[in-house]
Amino acid sequence: MTEKSGADILVEALCDLGVDVIFGYPGGAVLPIYDALFRSGRIRHVLVRHEQAATHAAEGYARSTGKPGVVLVTSGPGATNAVTGITDALLDSIPMVVITGQVPTALIGSDAFQEADTVGITRHCTKHNYLVKDPALLGGVIHEAFHIATSGRPGPVVIDIPKDVQVATAAYQKPGPIQHKTYRPALKADRSDIEQAIDMLAAAERPIFYTGGGIINSGPAASLLLHELARLTGAPVTSTLMGLGVFPASSPQFLGMLGMHGTYEANMAMNQADLIIAIGARFDDRVTGRLDAFSPNSRKVHIDVDRSSINKTVRIDLGIVADAGHAMEDMVRIWKARQHPKPDTAEWWRRIQGWRAVQCLNFPQDNEVIMPQRAVRALWEATHAREPIITTEVGQHQMWAAQHFGFEKPNKWLTSGGLGTMGYGLPAAIGAQLGNPNALVIDIAGEASIQMNIQELATATQYRLPVKVFILNNEYMGMVRQWQELTYESRYAESYSDSLPDFVRLAEAYGWKGIRIEHPDQLDAGIAEMLAHDGPVMVDCMVAKLANCFPMIPSGAAHTDMILQANEVSGTMDDEAKALV
Amino acid sequence: MHIKSETAERHTLAVIVDNEPGILARIAGLFTARGYNIESLTVSEITVDKAVSRITIVTSASKPMLEQIVAQLDRLVPVHKVRDLTAEGAHVERELALVKVRGVGDHRIEALRLADVYRARVVDATTSSFVFEVTGGTEKIDKFVELMSEVGLIEVARTGIVAIARGKDAA
Repeated sequence: MTEKSGADILVEALCDLGVDVIFGYPGGAVLPIYDALFRSGRIRHVLVRHEQAATHAAEGYARSTGKPGVVLVTSGPGATNAVTGITDALLDSIPMVVITGQVPTALIGSDAFQEADTVGITRHCTKHNYLVKDPALLGGVIHEAFHIATSGRPGPVVIDIPKDVQVATAAYQKPGPIQHKTYRPALKADRSDIEQAIDMLAAAERPIFYTGGGIINSGPAASLLLHELARLTGAPVTSTLMGLGVFPASSPQFLGMLGMHGTYEANMAMNQADLIIAIGARFDDRVTGRLDAFSPNSRKVHIDVDRSSINKTVRIDLGIVADAGHAMEDMVRIWKARQHPKPDTAEWWRRIQGWRAVQCLNFPQDNEVIMPQRAVRALWEATHAREPIITTEVGQHQMWAAQHFGFEKPNKWLTSGGLGTMGYGLPAAIGAQLGNPNALVIDIAGEASIQMNIQELATATQYRLPVKVFILNNEYMGMVRQWQELTYESRYAESYSDSLPDFVRLAEAYGWKGIRIEHPDQLDAGIAEMLAHDGPVMVDCMVAKLANCFPMIPSGAAHTDMILQANEVSGTMDDEAKALV
Repeated sequence: MHIKSETAERHTLAVIVDNEPGILARIAGLFTARGYNIESLTVSEITVDKAVSRITIVTSASKPMLEQIVAQLDRLVPVHKVRDLTAEGAHVERELALVKVRGVGDHRIEALRLADVYRARVVDATTSSFVFEVTGGTEKIDKFVELMSEVGLIEVARTGIVAIARGKDAA
């Protein structure tokens, strides 16, 4: 067999794996790979303006298409800049393969120019990582890396390739299906476990489905199975931040998001349920609130592909290690085979309707200033028929988007949940737009977060991507300010967004269209103008400066201790609560 | 406010892993990253082709945390299997120590006498010192070292614990 250089092997393996786009940034230690990409011409390379953005763009691409995102960066600062996005993908279980250049093997450990211990640095923020020192092993490693990144609980995998390995030659042959020696993620659940879950579900008086991002990772069919399961059982459905879209927001069976900024009805139903069926969700601290008060009277079934998620924070009565889609398929089949009648949940729903009547997402109306919630709703009104893909940054605007923008389908909501990475939204929107060229992609942003990867405006311009950025500009790092109001008697230490740029002129400088909306009367027209423009648009929407995001379960509080309105804010907290994140 | 801590149990884990570069860092790093405790850690290749290693870890943790430790170890890609030997029943734990002792005058005789009681072998001797090799459970070794410190301990090297389940079955 003719030998190829490591760089050519990499490109060929990526082609064999169906990779059509790479997000990257060149540098000394990856020049052979860039040359191989250039010569091959088979893979589209998207040049970002900062390596962190490459990783978020890959996440946005992955989350919106279901395919793994691929990143290519150089050694040293290229790799370290990528670490935030790699960690983000780990916490949100996003399939991603990151190829990093490394100094030549002979120089490793010598503090060479642009050398960093990439496998050491990324060991605990990846699902797995490799340093490949032999081009003969490279092809196999690349195929294995994609297998690991995309199967089981998906996550980021780093492949560190020294420059001499990119140049040295070896034979490459496309391998067959991967049978890993040690890595064999579970797919199917034990039948007896599924039967036990069905028994519990059929006997429950107050059941609830607590659903999460694992259902999205399982593929669109898993969402449809959830609809079927909900239809058969009549049980209410709530979702984590990461799971929004797995169940239609417009369904009367959907209670909205749960957790810290979840709805009153979702949190009360979790608290009062006698059975929780958790599917592809991980009982995150933002979901559970105070652990010893979390859903005290329920039995808990937890379906998760990652065994370590079961019993991590909350004691589970029945843990099922399986892919969410496979497990739900089995549940639907067995439920139907047994011809279970739909359980009588009328009394349960009567109580839920009582909580719903609180209308916890209502917000004060104002005719002079734009309430941020109103802006999100206006955006939803104007765009939902087009089934847009929404990305966000992190903070108040993210929670308002989660609360007020209804999602009907999976893969339409891209947000940094676990790591909470400001600067995620713009590059994620760029990645989503590349994966979905005909979709309407909007980054709902805050004026502080958007500045963390603002340089990516140029990337959208270069590739003519018509992404929209809708900034809810309240001139504060709003969530920080809100916590300072709640916890530190409104001592706003460093949370004011001083010296803001003129976002309209900034957008124009990058070749975007810029629009400013300052008054409620301009809201609908401004949004219409944004949608009418076929290129990228940045909207600077000036909103109420001191609006808070409610409902809110303060840190360390139980689901039943929600703050619903601003007049319930005391302004101080005890040290136990202050010490929580 | 003061930091609270949970009551911990001491457990011995056997972790069978692919012998690949960085595996020890992966395991040890997982313990530090997640705030688990390592009391003892030993590692060695156990197959002829040197492809597989066995890591014995002694940790102290609460029951739920132990369950997490096993699950977290088990999901690392190069890990074949993880066994909580303490939870699974009877097992044998051994440690080896090399103990260097000053041996002059009356202390020389006493050191040899105590070594005999503990079935420690003399593996090196000079006119003024001994090196003893002693094996056994951690408590026995602790006790031996404690006694030697009274007769003139110079230094100690210990392997850490290796453990294996009793009975015919493999881990």
